[in-house]
Amino acid sequence: MKIAGDFRGTLFIAALAALFTLIAPSILNFVTILTLTQVIGLAILALSLALVWGYGGILCFGQTAFFGIGAYAYAIAAANIGGSTGAIFVGIAVAAIFAAMLGYFIFYGRVSDVYLAVITLTVTLILYSLLRRTSGPEYKIGNALLGGFNGTGAAPLNIPGDGAAMLFPEQTFYVAMAALILAYVFCGWLVRTHFGRVCVAIRENETRAELLAYDTRAYKLGIFTIGAGIAALGGIFFSVGVTRVTPDIFSLSQAALTIIWVIVGGRGTLVGPILATFGLYYLTASLGTQQLINTNLVLGVILIAFVLLVPQGIVPTVLNWLTARRSARTDRARERRVRMRRPRAGARGEGA
Amino acid sequence: MRRGDVVLETRNLSMHFGGVRAVDHVDFSLWDNELRCLIGPNGAGKSTFFKCLTGQLTPTAGDVVIRDVHVAGREPHAVARLGVGIKTQVPNVFDGLTARENIWISARRWHTAKRAAALTAQTIERLQLGDIAAKLVGSLAHGQRQWVELGMVVAADPWLVLLDEPAAGMTHEETARTADLIKEINETAAMIVVEHDMQFIRMISKQVTLFHEGSILMDDTMDAISADPRAREVYLGHRA
Repeated sequence: MKIAGDFRGTLFIAALAALFTLIAPSILNFVTILTLTQVIGLAILALSLALVWGYGGILCFGQTAFFGIGAYAYAIAAANIGGSTGAIFVGIAVAAIFAAMLGYFIFYGRVSDVYLAVITLTVTLILYSLLRRTSGPEYKIGNALLGGFNGTGAAPLNIPGDGAAMLFPEQTFYVAMAALILAYVFCGWLVRTHFGRVCVAIRENETRAELLAYDTRAYKLGIFTIGAGIAALGGIFFSVGVTRVTPDIFSLSQAALTIIWVIVGGRGTLVGPILATFGLYYLTASLGTQQLINTNLVLGVILIAFVLLVPQGIVPTVLNWLTARRSARTDRARERRVRMRRPRAGARGEGA
Repeated sequence: MRRGDVVLETRNLSMHFGGVRAVDHVDFSLWDNELRCLIGPNGAGKSTFFKCLTGQLTPTAGDVVIRDVHVAGREPHAVARLGVGIKTQVPNVFDGLTARENIWISARRWHTAKRAAALTAQTIERLQLGDIAAKLVGSLAHGQRQWVELGMVVAADPWLVLLDEPAAGMTHEETARTADLIKEINETAAMIVVEHDMQFIRMISKQVTLFHEGSILMDDTMDAISADPRAREVYLGHRA
């Protein structure tokens, strides 16, 4: 079926990523590996929006709300539990439950697309303002101080069952990559299931899906909630990478950046937004080392260029180009055969 | 004519848009295995009536009962969930998916993965959609899109089928094929067909309901309606 090509493609990309994971620590320096853990978190965030927006057709402008809630819930839980393993599940669960409640009112209230984008963005900005005002000793959940705009410390990962056995940065990188790969394969599998295909069908035509007796509200709520859980996973690795969670995670620029990654990478693919996250992060980091041009200006130009020139995003455009080239080649081969057959066709004409 | 049970009934059904009474106190019954055509001039209320049946509109007053279930004002998927196949006036298809996927989504709603795959293949063969099965529906011609939508209706194997202008925009040959298909579907399902094309109605239907200004004007055979002076005046007269 056509929905996203073959599942083997997904597994192939996952295998490439696994290979990269194994060789990366030996070819990249220590600081890059440290930074990569953060970027992997952001890539998982982009993946979650690729699922919710690209496949589910739900333009969630505040995907970072779930990313941030996951990160905060992880940090608070880890500080109280004294270990990271359980805290990861707490982080994912809290974000998913929050998304399920928010999504219930949005989808069952039949809020339309534009308002959905506005609501989700507003929720993110509310969290931003709210958490910035939590400085002071009275804002404390168990052992965890929320810390206002300075944020709260996010515990490093440890070996399951042993809170004192911290992972080394390299090992954390392996775990983060494993999480990204698993999340990617999971999404690749999900969009090919009956549930995933119905979500794509709803994106294409919600009325038709309803006329085929699908309760579209439930499907949209489902993919929205799953996407929030994945975003939370990204938030956890991001906060582990930077060792803190601050309210900036809910900022407008971070919310917008997530949308940009998906637009640049391509809606309707899963790997595109992931690659775009790494690419644009690298670009921003390189531009950050010079003072000549403002980084945000460059990002803005890239976004405008993509919307105008490559509206489908990188990955779909490259795939289309490859398909077009292949069919052009078979066309040329066919033309050649026709040209060569012409004299013989005349000879046959004489014989008849 | 053998008449079974009433499978679909409207009681005092009204749909008003502001001051416009698009459908006004309509009592309508469809019998088991029946094939009924709804006709009427533009603005007679056929399509509004149709949308009240399918759950796309919530009627202002009155009730729609399908096999003892009150469906007026329920969620749009509730009517289809009773096993009703619906085709709307403007083709409602999944443009970004292939014709095969469109039909599969319909079959899979009710059947296991294996059975759905078999039903999809069967439907594609039955409707002769083999050539376009792998194409994106958004790239197909209007008539072909209509057929993909009919394929979605057929693949779900419904016991009640509601079609709004199934032959609109089709070529003469496509129209004839559609008429054959409708007769075939009618062997296992009761049907309501809203249609403009008189030729087409003669091909498929025995019993015809004529709408005029939101109400049912007549309910009779096509021949009787053609011969009736009132019907001529409101509708057929304009065409002759």
